[in-house]
Amino acid sequence: MAHPGLSKPPPPPGTPLRPGLDEAAALWWRDEVSSDTLRRDGRRWSAWTTAVALAFTAPGVFLVLLSPLTLPVALGCLAHAWIVPWLQARRGARSVVPLGCRRSGNPPETTDGAAADVALGLLGDLVAHEERDLLTRTGLALQPSELGVWLAGQQGAFMVRPGGRRIDCWCVRVADPEGLPAGDRVAHLLLALREDERGFAKVANLGFSGAAWRVRRCLPKRSRPALDAARLRAAR
Amino acid sequence: MARLIRLDRTGHTTLAEWTEGDVAARRAATETLQHELDGGMLASVPRADGSAEVVRELPLDAELVVLRRPIAGG
Repeated sequence: MAHPGLSKPPPPPGTPLRPGLDEAAALWWRDEVSSDTLRRDGRRWSAWTTAVALAFTAPGVFLVLLSPLTLPVALGCLAHAWIVPWLQARRGARSVVPLGCRRSGNPPETTDGAAADVALGLLGDLVAHEERDLLTRTGLALQPSELGVWLAGQQGAFMVRPGGRRIDCWCVRVADPEGLPAGDRVAHLLLALREDERGFAKVANLGFSGAAWRVRRCLPKRSRPALDAARLRAAR
Repeated sequence: MARLIRLDRTGHTTLAEWTEGDVAARRAATETLQHELDGGMLASVPRADGSAEVVRELPLDAELVVLRRPIAGG
């Protein structure tokens, strides 16, 4: 079985063997993820968002001051200052596909109902009672860990950082998800995360980092309680 | 009874079962695990404390060994 996720160039001689996830070891050229690198990336995201907001707000204000006749153009600038950060947060929110969501890329008709039930049964065995209830209600599996509190979907994962105010949205999936029931996809991500959290973050691509409320308003209503629970856990 | 399962399109398939005293069953499970690892699958042992461990050989103390496909950045 050939997996596209592992077809990577071999490391140069002398590269130390990385313990943990094989997938992370295959990405030998990537930096390791730590609290410090996450903080740095978070600051970059915040700076970028501020720059985008300023870049559109400043001309809008200037135009209004210049002449009231430019008001329509100024309003367009201000709308951009609001829409661009909103789109970024929306993209982050949509990078995670909860269980039961139609955006799975694997239409329900490609897996039979019995297989889906078997997969959900195993996933239910992997999570604790409280998390199982949350998973059933929201479609997201909660996993507290060292870097933060994670919420894994059948594709993608959120990580609420300690304190509960910032969220990171990670693009990650089963490399070859063909035919896998949705529950198994979540189980794949959950197992990989539990095996090696830093390796998991190294393999995943950071799609957004910012205030948790910005992502929450872009989530499906049924999944919002999962984010609330993760924020609560991260704030402890 | 310990189990080796593979996550696949059926939900999961039990590939081997063994007990500590059953040497033949354990050997068969070891061979099956190796065959799956050679085929690109990855083995994980979920622990009761909510952690999991990557394994490359059949662990003697595990109740459940799960074979999964690799993950990748999206």
